Amino acid sequence: MSEQVFEPKIVGFLCNWCSYRAADLAGSARITHAPNVRIVRVMCSGRVDPSFVMKAFSLGADAVLIAGCHPGECHYIEQNYKAMRRFHMLRQTLKAMGVEEQRIQLVWASAAEGQQLAEAIDKMVDEVRQLGPLGWSGNWEENGERIQALEDIVKEHEQAMEVTA
Amino acid sequence: MKYAYYPGCSLESGSAAYDKSVKAVIEQLGFGLDELDDWNCCGATEYFSQNELVATSVIARNLALVDDRHDQLVAPCAACFLNLKKTDKLLAEQPKIRGKVDQALAAGGLRYRPGRVQVRHLLDVLYTDIGEQAIKAKVVQPLTGLRVAPYYGCQIVRPLNGFDNPEYPMKLDEMFTWLGAEVVDYPVKAHCCGGHMTQISEENAFELIRRLLQSAADYRADLILCMCPMCQLNMDMYQGRVNNFFNTKFKLPIVYFTQMLGVALGIDMKKLGFGKELVAAEPVIRGKLEGQTAAATK
Amino acid sequence: MAEKIGVYVCHCGSNIAGKVDVEEIAQWAGENLDDVAVSRDYKFMCSSLGQQMIEDDIKKEKLTRVVVGACSPHLHEKTFRRACSNAGMNPYLMDLTNIREHCSWVHKDRSLATEKARALISAAVQRVKHQEPLEPMYVDVNPATLVIGGGIAGLQATLELADAGYHVYLVERLPSIGGHMAQFDKTFPTLDCSACILTPKMSEAGQHENVTLLTYAELEEVSGSVGSFKVKIRQKSRCVDYDACTGCGICVEKCPRKVLDTEFEAGMGNRKAIYMPFPQAVPRVPVIDQDSCIWFERQKCRACEKLCPTDAIKFDQEDELIDIEVGNIIIATGWKPFDSKKIPQYGYGRLANVYTSMEFERLCNAAGPTNGKIVMRDGKTVPKSIAIVHCVGSRDDRHNPYCSGICCMAALKFGHLVLEKTDAEVYSFYIDMRTNQKNYEEFYQRLLGEGMRFVRGKVSEVTDAARMPTEQGKLIVQCEDTLIGRQQRYPVDMVILMGALEPQEDARELGLKCGISCSMEGWYTERHPKLDPVATMTDGVFVAGTCQGPKDIPASVAQGAAAAARVAGMITKGKVMIEPIVASINEQACSGCKICNNMCPYNAIEFIEETETSRVITALCKGCGTCVAACPAGVITGAHFNNKQIFAEIEGALWDALQPAAESSSQAETVPASAS
Repeated sequence: MSEQVFEPKIVGFLCNWCSYRAADLAGSARITHAPNVRIVRVMCSGRVDPSFVMKAFSLGADAVLIAGCHPGECHYIEQNYKAMRRFHMLRQTLKAMGVEEQRIQLVWASAAEGQQLAEAIDKMVDEVRQLGPLGWSGNWEENGERIQALEDIVKEHEQAMEVTA
Repeated sequence: MKYAYYPGCSLESGSAAYDKSVKAVIEQLGFGLDELDDWNCCGATEYFSQNELVATSVIARNLALVDDRHDQLVAPCAACFLNLKKTDKLLAEQPKIRGKVDQALAAGGLRYRPGRVQVRHLLDVLYTDIGEQAIKAKVVQPLTGLRVAPYYGCQIVRPLNGFDNPEYPMKLDEMFTWLGAEVVDYPVKAHCCGGHMTQISEENAFELIRRLLQSAADYRADLILCMCPMCQLNMDMYQGRVNNFFNTKFKLPIVYFTQMLGVALGIDMKKLGFGKELVAAEPVIRGKLEGQTAAATK
Repeated sequence: MAEKIGVYVCHCGSNIAGKVDVEEIAQWAGENLDDVAVSRDYKFMCSSLGQQMIEDDIKKEKLTRVVVGACSPHLHEKTFRRACSNAGMNPYLMDLTNIREHCSWVHKDRSLATEKARALISAAVQRVKHQEPLEPMYVDVNPATLVIGGGIAGLQATLELADAGYHVYLVERLPSIGGHMAQFDKTFPTLDCSACILTPKMSEAGQHENVTLLTYAELEEVSGSVGSFKVKIRQKSRCVDYDACTGCGICVEKCPRKVLDTEFEAGMGNRKAIYMPFPQAVPRVPVIDQDSCIWFERQKCRACEKLCPTDAIKFDQEDELIDIEVGNIIIATGWKPFDSKKIPQYGYGRLANVYTSMEFERLCNAAGPTNGKIVMRDGKTVPKSIAIVHCVGSRDDRHNPYCSGICCMAALKFGHLVLEKTDAEVYSFYIDMRTNQKNYEEFYQRLLGEGMRFVRGKVSEVTDAARMPTEQGKLIVQCEDTLIGRQQRYPVDMVILMGALEPQEDARELGLKCGISCSMEGWYTERHPKLDPVATMTDGVFVAGTCQGPKDIPASVAQGAAAAARVAGMITKGKVMIEPIVASINEQACSGCKICNNMCPYNAIEFIEETETSRVITALCKGCGTCVAACPAGVITGAHFNNKQIFAEIEGALWDALQPAAESSSQAETVPASAS
């Protein structure tokens, strides 16, 4: 291996109506951005099953991007809120497993926001480049952050239960 | 405590009335300003055009002096405010200058990270942080019947300062409606007073000053409210000479907004530094306010 | 049985081939990807020859799956599906992967772009193996249409459809149809009388047997989808019996309460508490403004009720919800004027003789508050000089970045009217004159000849602070004349601010109800900016006129007619295809936990008590897939986006990611593994 710049491999789940079209718009407007995100089209960000993300990580993705319509602008009324909730849970869980927060990101991009999506992708690629390859197994050490994250999950779960009660 | 206070040189000398009234008002409103220990001059407008790097370092020293217990630095003088604000922005955006300034600060055992201290003008703090409710609640002498012309000058509302509309500011106008005054919405309130132009080209400066006085007079203002020592000096001290030069008869008191705020809060006028201005304000204010009281009791 | 996949990589001229090594990728796919029987590259896959190539291969090579690497599926998915269909393959066994918009057009480095394209092709190949044949669903198209907005664009659409023999529900928020055009005096560049050309259309719509007019009404709710929308309209209470009223106007005449008319007269004139916005209003049925009516204020008066010859006044009338069913919706909700007070240095609202362009329209209008006399706010003084300020809130980063398009021409029109009616001097302060439609430039030239003065520069302030005696009592317009490079002061009597056209306040809200989106500014987004300007991403919902972006009357009319033509086409066809992308539940495996029931915003999942399982009501499902992701047992399938397909796609996209030790042996080992 030569001293090359690390090019992370990122899987991006983009909703059909807003973000995928934002990426289309970035294309027709020739807004150049980093080539590291491999896009998988889903009808709605609400379709993103946490197992898709886990699958991507397990197959060697360095990061996962989920993009959907802005809150309040979902093509399916409110399904992006569900995506948002899943995203936060998932990020917390992944943190407990030693996956840095920047490796899973949620971005809102409307069909008019090609520029914003391109900027978000560039920013994410930069951040992941800083982190280096995921090195999944290497992150299983007992460190304080991991324990903290696990404790946070328990606490958050308790709080969530309180709210519904 | 979170507010550190940067009075600036003018408030220690020519505009002692501003300093006096700021302190009285702050005390009356019951919140604290901790004067920065060992602060130095902000270099006013000239230093920046002479030597940007030194000017920046000199100002950065003041930012670096703000200790960890404070996250806000309050300046009552418009020029000091702008310089402090501008320097913070410059340090954040220009790594080259920042590197050199860091060296200069380090020589004095100081360090400053841009953005750590939020630079605020006193008006912003009074308007935003203290707010309408708290101020209104403390008004004991409403300024009813007094026609005040708020004058912002050109430095306080520059776009980077961000707390009021740069083209047509309204915050001081609003504050004085809280106090019951009749606020004169005159068009030149953010135009330049000439600054130090009086030293370089008197005629040009006089014309600028005349425009301000003329417009306030056209709108039948009883007095003009200032928040910058320079503006106060130009309009007050040079008012007589402007009158001679243009053969006009302006007799408009120019006072600091904190002085009038103090009056509304019921602070004794002596404690507010009245009497230092050349065009006497006290008779005008007393005349208007007592006239009102008399009318009310009738 | 292994699939036989055809892979087709498009050059798109140099659009893709310029940044992606398409030939190499096609070859690589053929040699390295499992189950790929044919792999080709071609100049233009979407051309008839390209499509023919796919069709021939399907027939000759007995392909069972097709992958096309080309542009966005939003552009050509239908094209390639049709090609597959023509060759006898189920169109849902094709996958179009986007290596143009998402790849060649946005990446600089050729080798990195090629690697990404390779991964996308690999992903599509893995995915397509798991795709299943689907049958599209067809629904009948209800021949009735809903048009929202009774301005010129909506009117045009309404009349086109009604004349073609189709029923139209025309919903207008205000008491009368007509829109902004009804407020204008003249129209540029022909100087036609606006009312003269508009009112015939209004009355035609009012009387047309195929038009149901719902004025003073708003859209409440939309459900269903293309072909069969169910719409709820809120008919606001007019306090007047629509059928009993003859429009005689005696109620208006006798109403003792006068209020400022901020709508039709733009604040320049008054109206009564019971009013028709203007004399030619359609319908001729007045409305009681409950906020200013004396009866609603203090239970007195009822003059209108007493004097109405047909007892049409109904103070206790309530809002009514009307349910209608339509096949298509045309949105033509127009624009709102920029609030000029947002630029305080121009003095609007503070300096009496600063006017907005809408105010000046009413001032010029022969039927307006001054009977068309151009006078100042005192109602009698004729101005001797007028300044027209362009780009107020347009082309301004602090407000709207866009050009409002019509203001230059409207300013010229104002200039002409002033020069015609008064002896005043007219100054136009412009940034650039934009007169690029038929006969517009000629009109500009005409005004140059008529003596209108043009100053190129952005006005910095309008003030009454005089500096010299000639400025006393005037409004001074301060502006740098950039053609001579000098700051100038222009003392004038009157200033007109050409305010921007802005999206309606509730455009986003209405868009959401109908399932369409807005640009950053709030204009509705069309399906394609050039090739599909009146359709939207939601089938059966069309846009026309200024709600899609600032435009003049001819363009609004053209869009109204275009939207009507699109709808007429749908109705004539009679049936519309609906993508079979819906969810389904394996009821045998469903545990009845009901988690999915609350996931669906369309209530498309019902719980069956007898079997204690959930079921998807296919007709209501829109295919978002949220329930699929939520099912803890994994027994909900999202057609065309099922787990197997997406897992395979992820695997394909990351074909090169698991490098350790895989360098040499990977191909040999992974290929059989994925084939099993």
